[in-house]
Amino acid sequence: MRRIGIDVGGTNTDAVLLDGDRVERAVKTATTADVTTGIVAALRRLLADAEPGARRVDAVMIGTTHFTNAVVQRRDLTPVAAVRIGLPASASLEPFVDWPADLAALVRGGIHMVEGGHEVDGRPIVPFDEPAMRRAARQIRASGVRSVAVSAIFSPIDPADEQRAGAILAEECPGVAVTLSHELGRIGLLERENACLLNACLVELARRTTRAFTEALAGSGLDAPLYLTQNDGTVTLASQAEAFPVYSFASGPTNSMRGAAFLSRLDEAIVVDVGGTTTDVGCLRHGFPREANAVVEVGGVRTLFRMPDLLSIALGGGTLVEPHPLTIGPRSVGFRLTEEALVFGGPTLTCTDLAAAAGLVALGDPARVAHLPRGLVAAGIRAMHERIAEAVDRMKTDAGDVPVIAVGGGSFLVPPSMPGVSQVIRVAHHPVANAVGAAIAQISGELDQVFQNMTREAAIAQAQRLAEERAVRGGARRETLKVVEVEDIPLAYLPGNSLRARVRVVGDIARR
Amino acid sequence: MDDRPRPVTLEEIEQLAIGAWILGTGGGGSPYHGLLNMRTLYARGTVVRLLDPAALADDDDVAVVSFMGAPLVSQERFKDPRTIARAVRMMEEYTGRRFRAVMAVEIGGGNGIVPFMAAALLDIPVVDADAMGRAFPEAQMTSFAIKDLPCAPLTLADVRDNGVIVARAASWKWMERLSRKACTEVGSTAATCKAPRTGKDVKEAAILYTTTKAIRLGATVQAARRAHRDPIGAILAAEGGRLLFRGKVRDVARRTTEGFLRGTARLEGLDEHAGQGFELAFQNEWAVGWHDGEPRVTTPDLICVVDSVSGEAIGTETLRYGQRVSVIVLPAPPILLTPKGLEHVGPRAFGYDLDFRSVFAEAAR
Repeated sequence: MRRIGIDVGGTNTDAVLLDGDRVERAVKTATTADVTTGIVAALRRLLADAEPGARRVDAVMIGTTHFTNAVVQRRDLTPVAAVRIGLPASASLEPFVDWPADLAALVRGGIHMVEGGHEVDGRPIVPFDEPAMRRAARQIRASGVRSVAVSAIFSPIDPADEQRAGAILAEECPGVAVTLSHELGRIGLLERENACLLNACLVELARRTTRAFTEALAGSGLDAPLYLTQNDGTVTLASQAEAFPVYSFASGPTNSMRGAAFLSRLDEAIVVDVGGTTTDVGCLRHGFPREANAVVEVGGVRTLFRMPDLLSIALGGGTLVEPHPLTIGPRSVGFRLTEEALVFGGPTLTCTDLAAAAGLVALGDPARVAHLPRGLVAAGIRAMHERIAEAVDRMKTDAGDVPVIAVGGGSFLVPPSMPGVSQVIRVAHHPVANAVGAAIAQISGELDQVFQNMTREAAIAQAQRLAEERAVRGGARRETLKVVEVEDIPLAYLPGNSLRARVRVVGDIARR
Repeated sequence: MDDRPRPVTLEEIEQLAIGAWILGTGGGGSPYHGLLNMRTLYARGTVVRLLDPAALADDDDVAVVSFMGAPLVSQERFKDPRTIARAVRMMEEYTGRRFRAVMAVEIGGGNGIVPFMAAALLDIPVVDADAMGRAFPEAQMTSFAIKDLPCAPLTLADVRDNGVIVARAASWKWMERLSRKACTEVGSTAATCKAPRTGKDVKEAAILYTTTKAIRLGATVQAARRAHRDPIGAILAAEGGRLLFRGKVRDVARRTTEGFLRGTARLEGLDEHAGQGFELAFQNEWAVGWHDGEPRVTTPDLICVVDSVSGEAIGTETLRYGQRVSVIVLPAPPILLTPKGLEHVGPRAFGYDLDFRSVFAEAAR
């Protein structure tokens, strides 16, 4: 199988061509404001002087931080009508209640509260008020808002009211984009609703971006299905993924961790990705990033959706070094490294300069850092090593020694050995690990649900069956599916031996 | 003493939310939604007043309120100020007497803010007191029960306008069973107004000034964070607490039995505790701690597990592998340390065959 992986980051657009398990080519280009131009440029260089036959690829996978950046930078967002189904319950905290005021002002396009929703044990709170839902749909249509977020109380346990609301909206407001909260997530109405609202305000941008990706592909003469990478290290067909931009929020760091796993052939390890400004440390379990279980904030909005558990520290190749007293960071010269750093003839002392002076990396002109006092260099390197070692230790999942995979342009800052680490592995193509991670992505299916009056084994088996169905619907080949994560949490106070089970399966993309 | 209730600012309620979560000793649920409710109410111009318990007349009536149920359910069905106000009104109709003020049954966790939600709608002040000085899992674990005050009547309200009155109960245990049953029926979350107390009862049997204490605790944490000082050191200095252990979470085992979240957590020492271990047992709240296998701290001393950097409290439901935490202990209210108090809330009340030895008594020796 020949696949192209592309990672569209804030600074660079990286692309790799994979033939089976071999990295055939890798390129790095600058990200452009319109995204498309950068991708076209990357593809042109990737496929330059390739035989016509070599243009044949089976799939193209794109990972992007475009949607996160839109929220963080408050641009390209669509107004959203919020429909909450659950009255008379939960009325005191309305949708958008804990959003930053500036973001809420941009996105809030009307709030509609409707009777309905479910109890934790599956009974209706009150019957779903369909006539009220229809009135809300007509108001939305009259208001001209083009995207709707629907969240019902305990919809992860019973999604019927959200589904019925979606059908009514389709009838009354043809062409309006609808996001249903149960498709996004977990128990915790406010956080799930926030994820749903964020998704709804990005849907239009996602459609536009996906179309731009498709055109970039066509313009490069490639005829292959396009997939978008997801927060969990898997991919979805772009035509389906464009409905769920929030699932791509964290795909950048995820792809770099998946790429590290692939390039090192290790499934259980800590990955240290050193960029220009930050170092991201994550934990690989079964070849996938461990997910965060807690509240994750995006652009100031609390959400609970699937994100890798990452520890970011302000340390990278471009991080500023202050000699007296020795201070490292948190500021960085970022992508201006090759103009600013001493070793490249610039005026600023950075971590890269210390590494070059210590002989850890051959970059620029070593004579320009030869004057740095040896004591300063040694103390600076020691301080950086300690910060990375501390971050690695924080992310470890058990007390035993684990391997560390060092990737990213600044990975020469990772110490050769650390306490609690069996070995530090440096791999070929590590600067484009993220694009490699995109190229190798598989299809996943996940289920997170509360089960009652079932044994633990029966509940997990049921969850696995439902997760597998979801993966197959997403384009996975059934016979390649395997379980990558099982988690169960018994729930306090609830009747009937309640258990929340979460199962995730992945499989290869079905050949077309 | 000031007879007039004083207005409470929204900033103080933000501080109350931080302090109440720490005093929750691992249980009681996060006060986050309660805080959001108060922000919304204050944005509409509401101001809640706080009443010094000494200003209560002996024959004043005080409503004791809390939300009952599963923390998970309140993540979907939010605690609603109107429901808690309805439970209080129902009690007034039942007894035929008007309440002078409202107070918390437990200051720890989400219930620490609930009287403020009720007070905002009922336009009566909140009494600066509660009946636990922390959070506990069961109805008989209050200072009112320790002082043998009556456990009934109780009113219970849900958001659909269902109302239940438990007119009589043979014991605190029966009150727990009957009200728990009703609570489960209405969806495992319900507003309750416990047995009304007189001003005299409150002055003699409640734990006084705990609202102020929670606000002060939150203010201490906030000030330390703003000044980039160690919030844990600040808590210990301000409240006369002690640091027992600093480490990272190595293992958490949870199970649900008889409607409670029970389990154990093991910590591995860091810094001055490197190479040592600490184990915690919990029943909704932290109950007992062992340092290298030796019992070190037990309920009712306040066992608080906080994030080692931010000082933010960590609940028994949210503790997870790898977190850097500090175990600190704060002094328990004296009434809980009496022989009768220990019968209700000492280690044996939680099934541990251990004698209570306060961390602070030992420090004094």
